[in-house]
Amino acid sequence: MHGDSDQQDRLVEAVAEAYEEQLPLQIVGSGSKVFLTEPTTPDSRVDPGKLLSIAEHSGVVEYRPEELVITARAGTTLKELEQQLAREGQMLPFEPPRFSGAGTLGGAVASGLSGPGRPWYGALRDAVLGVEMINGRGEFLRFGGQVMKNVAGYDVSRLQAGAFGSLGVLLSASIKTLPKPVAELSCIFELEAGAALAKLRAWAQLPLPITATCYVDNQLRVRLSGAESAVLWAVDQIEGDVINAEAFWSQLRNHDIDFFRKEGKLWRMSLPPSTPLTDEPTMIEWSGALRWVYSEKALFDWAGQQGGYALPFNGDYSTQSFLWSDQELHKRIKRAFDPAEILNPCRVC
Amino acid sequence: MSRALVTELLRANLPARSLITDPKALKPYETDGLTAIRELPWLVALPETVQQVEAVVRICRSHGVPIVARGAGTGLSGGARPHKDGIVLGLSKLNKILEVDVDNCVARVQPGVRNQAISDASAKHGLYYAPDPSSQIACSIGGNVAENSGGVHCLKYGLTVHNVVGLEVLTVDGNFLELGGKGLDSPGYDLLALLSGSEGMLGIVTEVTVRLLPKPPEKRVILAAFHEVKAAADVVGNIIGHGLIPAGLEMMDRLAIEAAEDYVHAGYPREAAAILLCELDGIEAEVESNVTFVLRLLEDGGAYDVRVAVEPEEQALFWLGRKAAFPAMGRISPDYYCMDGTIPRTRLSEVLESIEQLSRHYGLRVANVFHAGDGNLHPLILYDANQPGQLERTEEMGGKILELCVAVGGSVTGEHGVGVEKLDQMCSQFSAAELDQFHRLKEAFDPELLLNPGKAIPSLSRCSEIGGMHIHGGKLPFPHIERF
Ligand SMILES: Cc1cc2nc3c(=O)[nH]c(=O)nc-3n(C[C@H](O)[C@H](O)[C@H](O)COP(=O)(O)OP(=O)(O)OC[C@H]3O[C@@H](n4cnc5c(N)ncnc54)[C@H](O)[C@@H]3O)c2cc1C
Repeated sequence: MHGDSDQQDRLVEAVAEAYEEQLPLQIVGSGSKVFLTEPTTPDSRVDPGKLLSIAEHSGVVEYRPEELVITARAGTTLKELEQQLAREGQMLPFEPPRFSGAGTLGGAVASGLSGPGRPWYGALRDAVLGVEMINGRGEFLRFGGQVMKNVAGYDVSRLQAGAFGSLGVLLSASIKTLPKPVAELSCIFELEAGAALAKLRAWAQLPLPITATCYVDNQLRVRLSGAESAVLWAVDQIEGDVINAEAFWSQLRNHDIDFFRKEGKLWRMSLPPSTPLTDEPTMIEWSGALRWVYSEKALFDWAGQQGGYALPFNGDYSTQSFLWSDQELHKRIKRAFDPAEILNPCRVC
Repeated sequence: MSRALVTELLRANLPARSLITDPKALKPYETDGLTAIRELPWLVALPETVQQVEAVVRICRSHGVPIVARGAGTGLSGGARPHKDGIVLGLSKLNKILEVDVDNCVARVQPGVRNQAISDASAKHGLYYAPDPSSQIACSIGGNVAENSGGVHCLKYGLTVHNVVGLEVLTVDGNFLELGGKGLDSPGYDLLALLSGSEGMLGIVTEVTVRLLPKPPEKRVILAAFHEVKAAADVVGNIIGHGLIPAGLEMMDRLAIEAAEDYVHAGYPREAAAILLCELDGIEAEVESNVTFVLRLLEDGGAYDVRVAVEPEEQALFWLGRKAAFPAMGRISPDYYCMDGTIPRTRLSEVLESIEQLSRHYGLRVANVFHAGDGNLHPLILYDANQPGQLERTEEMGGKILELCVAVGGSVTGEHGVGVEKLDQMCSQFSAAELDQFHRLKEAFDPELLLNPGKAIPSLSRCSEIGGMHIHGGKLPFPHIERF
């Protein structure tokens, strides 16, 4: 999976052929996020299709640190990408989960997941500047580019983020990078969930250099990043105990902390950040805007009433999780890119 | 379609003051900020409620009437230019700030609310809305969303798309899409991103939820003068390459400096070949250390005159010249044509040099005033429409500049949109398959092509007419049209 390998022609040909024969394709990177979308009881009416692996289509195509942009093929592993960036003192702003460690850039874009810094550094989609892709008709297409500002045509690049490969086979992406902060410190607080949420919301109104927050098991951790002077100032402002939490943030990002290993049904909820807490075991990220809750109840409606949405994160991935606001429109968009509905047909059923 | 019938139906659904049909009263709506391109609509509807917007869309749809949404009409690419057989749907009366939700740091507003009004309403809470197009006292948030507008501070704080968290959109088939909200993620395809910059082609924005940021406690504005354009351009790359992202980083060249100076007397060094304006914000200690850092880079990079504005009045003066640069051009030239290409930052000095060569070749002066930090050029070509042939040469040269931007890996538009103005240039940036994909996407939202038809994406036949998806000199669009 390492090194440079340009499989574009082969991939274009494979999709064109599948389109010709109207045969479905299942696009896979490393397979690290299959659990996110795979129904535990597969829908036998839908043929998941032939596997189309993009893992071999890999390698960094262009990286100019002073432009804050990296362009890489979809099969490039996040690990490799981040190693290259680290050598230049840069990082992926959206801190994607690496899961098993083999996750690819294509997989990260397709699943659209952002890490602990999302409210401050932006989401994965915010960092997507351009893509090269193959649509469901086997056509090679390029949208966006490597520049920060670009309003020529519809923003098809960002549309790929979180589309789970249902609109096209991602060949490469140009991603905005960020300089790593000069200084980083974390603080910890021991307190009740309600008090933690109140603190988080009060801080959100102040110009503090916060870049991650996590409340779990009665502990609130806050990451502060930026110029050294700013970070030290902020430690004074929030009056927290400084701890070394580098490992914690990395584990949190990879869903590798104990909270994810509890028994029960886990829900991931995106909510207005000041939404009141419930009694269930909860982990709070994103200054309140991301909640992880263990609950045997279905939380779709509750989250909807609060002005957010819930996604079951383990266990049964029923089609409910994709009850999108406008099914019809989603289907029409899908067909605009993939008229024969051959790309990842199981992901949008 | 019967105009009389449609008018009658609209009358039944809207207050009388919300319908304009008198040709004299329609006049102000015949153009947006790109005043050279005009077309009289046969009717303007100015609904006062979302229900009325819905009624207008329903009536137009059932009678096949094209709808051109319009915010404040400050767009610079003809996006809100009326359709000759269609109506203009003006959103300016939907101008209520519905909520400033301090707990969630968001504001929920109607589409006709002016950009500046959001920051004004949030100021008492120490919050503000970051994207700040120069037109912010006039332009509407709905228009900002439709153009994905930028501003001086977008270098650090992002464009409209990065600062909008929720949209309510009315599709042409009468459905309201609730995209995002006060939270950060939303399920399904990222239609929020797709709608941003879609130029009123996919839906009518009826409500916008924006994220509010805490005001930075301190800021400094640095003005640095250079004897050479190239040196200034190189420092821009250097600052950012060193990992520092200023709140704003703008550049002006000599012609722009002189014109601005004559106009507003900002105290700019007239002899400079270029100046950089760099704003740094944050908490005091951080700002101080960043200023020191930038000053060193400026000196190493050959700046011969560097000033730091600490007091708000002086900062405002530094910015005044930059903000007045466009009107200042109007004083030194009968006409000017504003371009909006983007390029990779590292190609800045090379592209500016090529523009200079083009300027000599065509015998037309070019002033450069632009968002250097994110590589968004605004070359202003000065010309006189009354001189025979000048306009044609201007447009030819403008086309060459945009081709140059595409050739170095950039884009024909960074923030002003395609509208009707850059349709031909789109042919040089996109392949037939890509344009076709855009059209298919449009049809998924609007199969009868009623929303702002003919804008933003050129037809394939148009592109092949102007020559195999590439622009050829002398065949630029609207040769009869004078430019803003
Ligand atoms: C002096 C001046 C300075 C400028 N400076 C900048 C700048 O710094 N940065 C920048 O990015 N732009 C700038 N602009 C361009 C312009 O102000 C922006 O594009 C602005 O966002 C347009 O807003 P508007 O309300 O005037 O929209 P309009 O011009 O009325 O419309 C623009 C487009 O949006 C669509 N639209 C409007 N409202 C809606 C709605 N509710 N739903 C769906 N579609 C809608 C229209 O159909 C049209 O396609 C400047 C313009 C001027 C005149």
